[in-house]
Amino acid sequence: MKVGVLALQGAFDRHAQALSLAGAAPLEVRGSQYLEEIDALVIPGGESTTMMKLAESLNVRKRLMERIEDGLPVLGTCAGMILLSKEIFDGRDDQHPFGSIDIGVRRNGYGRQLNSFEEDLEINDFDTPFRGVFIRAPLVERIGNNVEVLASVEGHPVFCREGKIMVTSFHPELVDDDRVHRLFLETAFASN
Amino acid sequence: MTKALRETGTELVKRGLAEMLKGGVIMDVVDAEQARIAEDAGAAAVMALERVPSDIRKDGGVARMSDPEMIEGIKAAVTIPVMAKARIGHFAEAQILQSLEVDYIDESEVLTPADETHHIDKWAFEVPFVCGATNLGEALRRISEGACLIRSKGEAGTGNIVEAVRHIRSITGDIRKITQADSAELFDWAKQLQSPLPLVQEIAETGCLPVPLFCAGGIATPADASLVMQLGAESVFVGSGIFKSEDPAQRAQAIVEATTNFADADKLAKVSRGLGEAMPGLEIGNLETRLSDRGW
Repeated sequence: MKVGVLALQGAFDRHAQALSLAGAAPLEVRGSQYLEEIDALVIPGGESTTMMKLAESLNVRKRLMERIEDGLPVLGTCAGMILLSKEIFDGRDDQHPFGSIDIGVRRNGYGRQLNSFEEDLEINDFDTPFRGVFIRAPLVERIGNNVEVLASVEGHPVFCREGKIMVTSFHPELVDDDRVHRLFLETAFASN
Repeated sequence: MTKALRETGTELVKRGLAEMLKGGVIMDVVDAEQARIAEDAGAAAVMALERVPSDIRKDGGVARMSDPEMIEGIKAAVTIPVMAKARIGHFAEAQILQSLEVDYIDESEVLTPADETHHIDKWAFEVPFVCGATNLGEALRRISEGACLIRSKGEAGTGNIVEAVRHIRSITGDIRKITQADSAELFDWAKQLQSPLPLVQEIAETGCLPVPLFCAGGIATPADASLVMQLGAESVFVGSGIFKSEDPAQRAQAIVEATTNFADADKLAKVSRGLGEAMPGLEIGNLETRLSDRGW
C-alpha cells in the first residue's frame, strides 16, 4: 500500500520515516500528479498558511479534495488537522480548509512557542500512555456528532476520527513510537 | 489517576518547531507591512529586524537587537512564527526577546558581536535558538551550547550565493566523510573540528546533524534556493534578497514555490520568469566586513 506524505512544507520527512517503520511505503507528494498513485495520505505539521497557499498555487487542492470525497484515508497532524477541519477560528480571512472532518479549530490555540509542551496522553485502545508533543498547536473548540474522540487534554480533543479521516493536534512523527501511524494504517486499510 | 506531567521548553519541543519549518522560507522583515507580504507569499516564518543585512552593511556602526515595539508590531501582524536576532554573546538581549515571547531567537553574526569569546548559553532558555555556522565544527559547538537549529551563514546582505555554497558544502561534505570514518578516526575528527566527541559519534551513526540544517546568506533568486536545497539545506532564510528586489511579493512567492519544488527544473523555469530585477549583488573580495567571520 502506497501512503503519500504531502511534502509542500513541514515535517514530511519525519512522517515518511514513521510510516516506513510502521510497514508502509511512503511517497512524497509535491504536485497533483502524485495524487493518483496513493492509497492513503498523511498531511504533516508545518505552517498551515504556507501549505494552503502552495496547495492552491501548485494545483493540489482541487484533486486532493476530490480524492478525499471519494474515500481517500487521511491522517492530519497539527497543520494537517487545520487543513482537514471544517472551520478555522482566529485564522486569516483567506484560509479555506478542506472541510473533511467536522471539527472547528483555533490556530495556535495553545499559544506561541513558549507554551509548546509535551505531555503523556491516554489514547483509547493504547495500553500505555503516548508522549504527545504539542508545538504552537491548534485547539479543537467544536466537534460534530459523528466525530470520535480518541484522546483529550484538559477537556479539549487532541485526537479525533471521522470515518477514515484522523487528526491530531500533537506530533506523533517526532517521537520513537509508531502506534498512531499503525492505528492510521489499520483504519485506512480495514476491510469494510 | 495521576495527572500527566506537562513539560515546556524541552529539547524535543524546541527542536520540534525547527522540524515544522522544514521545506520552507524564513524571510527578513523590518515592519508589519513587510511581514504581511511575507506571510501572503507563503513564508513559513519571519525574522523581525530593524534593517536588512544589506542596509546594515551600508550604514555601518553597531547593529543591535530590534526595538521591542517593532517586534510586537510584527507579532501582531502575522499568524506564522516570528524570530528575532540577538547579538552573539548578548544573553541580556536574548532574555528580553524571550520575555517578548518570540518563537525563535537567532544569535546572529549579522548584528555586531557583544562577546568575542563566548556565545550565549542557550540551554538556559525556554525559547529555542538558531545559530549560524560556516563549517561542521562551528555547527557542533553551537549545538553543544544548546542551539536547536543551524543555518549555514553564507555572506548576508550581498545577494551573492558563493559563500552560502561554500559553507553548506563544507558542512555536508564533512558529515559524509565522518560516516565513512572508523571508530578510532572519530576521535581525531572531534579534535580537528574542536567539537564534542559524542556529537561526532552521533553523526557517524545517523549521517546527519542532530538538529535541522537550513541555509542563509546570499539567496536572491528561486534558482539560488534550489541550488542550496539540492546541496542538502532543509529550508532557506532570505534576508535582503526579497525586500531589496524590484517586486518583493512576486519574488517571495517564487522563492517559496522553488523551495518546495527544488528538484523540478520545469517548475523552477516557470516560477523564475518575469520577476523583475533581483537585489544588487556584491563581490565578496571587495567587502570591508565579512560577517561570516564573526562567531567562534
